[in-house]
Amino acid sequence: MTMTAREAHDVLATHRTDEVVVTEMTAALLWPFVSKRQELDLCLFDCMGKASSIGLGIALARPDRTVMVFDGDGSLLMNLGSLVTIAGLAPANLIHVVFENGQYEVTGGQPIPAAGTLSFVKLAAGAGYRQTFDFSEAEEFAAALPAILDSTGPTLVCLKVQSTERTLPIPERLTAQAVSEVTAALARGD
Amino acid sequence: MGTSDHGLSARAVVEELKRCGISHVVWLPDSESKHLYELLNDDDSLKLVPICREGEAIGVALGLLVGGRTPAVVIQNTGLFESGDSLRGLGLNLNLPLLMLISYRGWRADGAITDSAAIYLEPVLKGWGITSHLVKSDANVHLIGGALREAGVQRRPVAVLMAQEYV
Repeated sequence: MTMTAREAHDVLATHRTDEVVVTEMTAALLWPFVSKRQELDLCLFDCMGKASSIGLGIALARPDRTVMVFDGDGSLLMNLGSLVTIAGLAPANLIHVVFENGQYEVTGGQPIPAAGTLSFVKLAAGAGYRQTFDFSEAEEFAAALPAILDSTGPTLVCLKVQSTERTLPIPERLTAQAVSEVTAALARGD
Repeated sequence: MGTSDHGLSARAVVEELKRCGISHVVWLPDSESKHLYELLNDDDSLKLVPICREGEAIGVALGLLVGGRTPAVVIQNTGLFESGDSLRGLGLNLNLPLLMLISYRGWRADGAITDSAAIYLEPVLKGWGITSHLVKSDANVHLIGGALREAGVQRRPVAVLMAQEYV
């Protein structure tokens, strides 16, 4: 059975250690509920698809740290060229996770263009990502994630997920505050 | 590609970027900056970060700043318009101390500007409350370093408008 977005986040939170996480839209609403390292989380609510670009910048600035981007399918479509930019720069420390539910969830569930026929894995592989993975079951994803975290990127992981069942509140932690906190945490070497 | 009292040389700009501590140049090529690209590409002390579309530039620069680096965004005025929402949502909302070098396509010394990319540039920047400085030749290329300091003090993006094609 296709995993829920919450189950996918639980898997990620279980295996995440000191990776920097950049996340946006629905993923940015879910992640604060499960993350154990908020000081390394950049949850963005007004970046219109730019999480992958921001994650790329951190990955280039800090090649000693692994960066994980949690993207939505609709969000990535707003910044699809970033797949090519990332592939061209080929940061070994970047893992790009895409939650694919086929819809713009935060605006009411309208379908994304080419929902059902679009393949993010093929787009990323065609751009030149070093590795791509596709999962729809939580158990299968959980079994594979440790090896993915240890491997050389750039890596794209597409997670087919069910939509979130209910509207989630926007966390109180402000994005500008998160930027300051993550910047400080990286400077300290947390 | 030497320096010039009358023109704007790529070498003078690169030296100024290095002098003020820029680590990465996030950029998309434009017709004005061909020589700048050649120099940057040959200079290991400034890391070139090529992007596909200008809206990515602000996001990549934000990530570099979070990671403790000092990026400069180098794009054309047409690209600045394209990157407008990133500049709003990331650059301005998140108080980024970001240096932007904007190629001023359509600028003319006699003021007879007809290119809409030039006509709207300064009014748009003013509307966003983004300070800008005009660099017309090597004689005032030092404004780049001043703009970076200003961005740090204001905690806002600051634009340097590069009025001529680099020589």
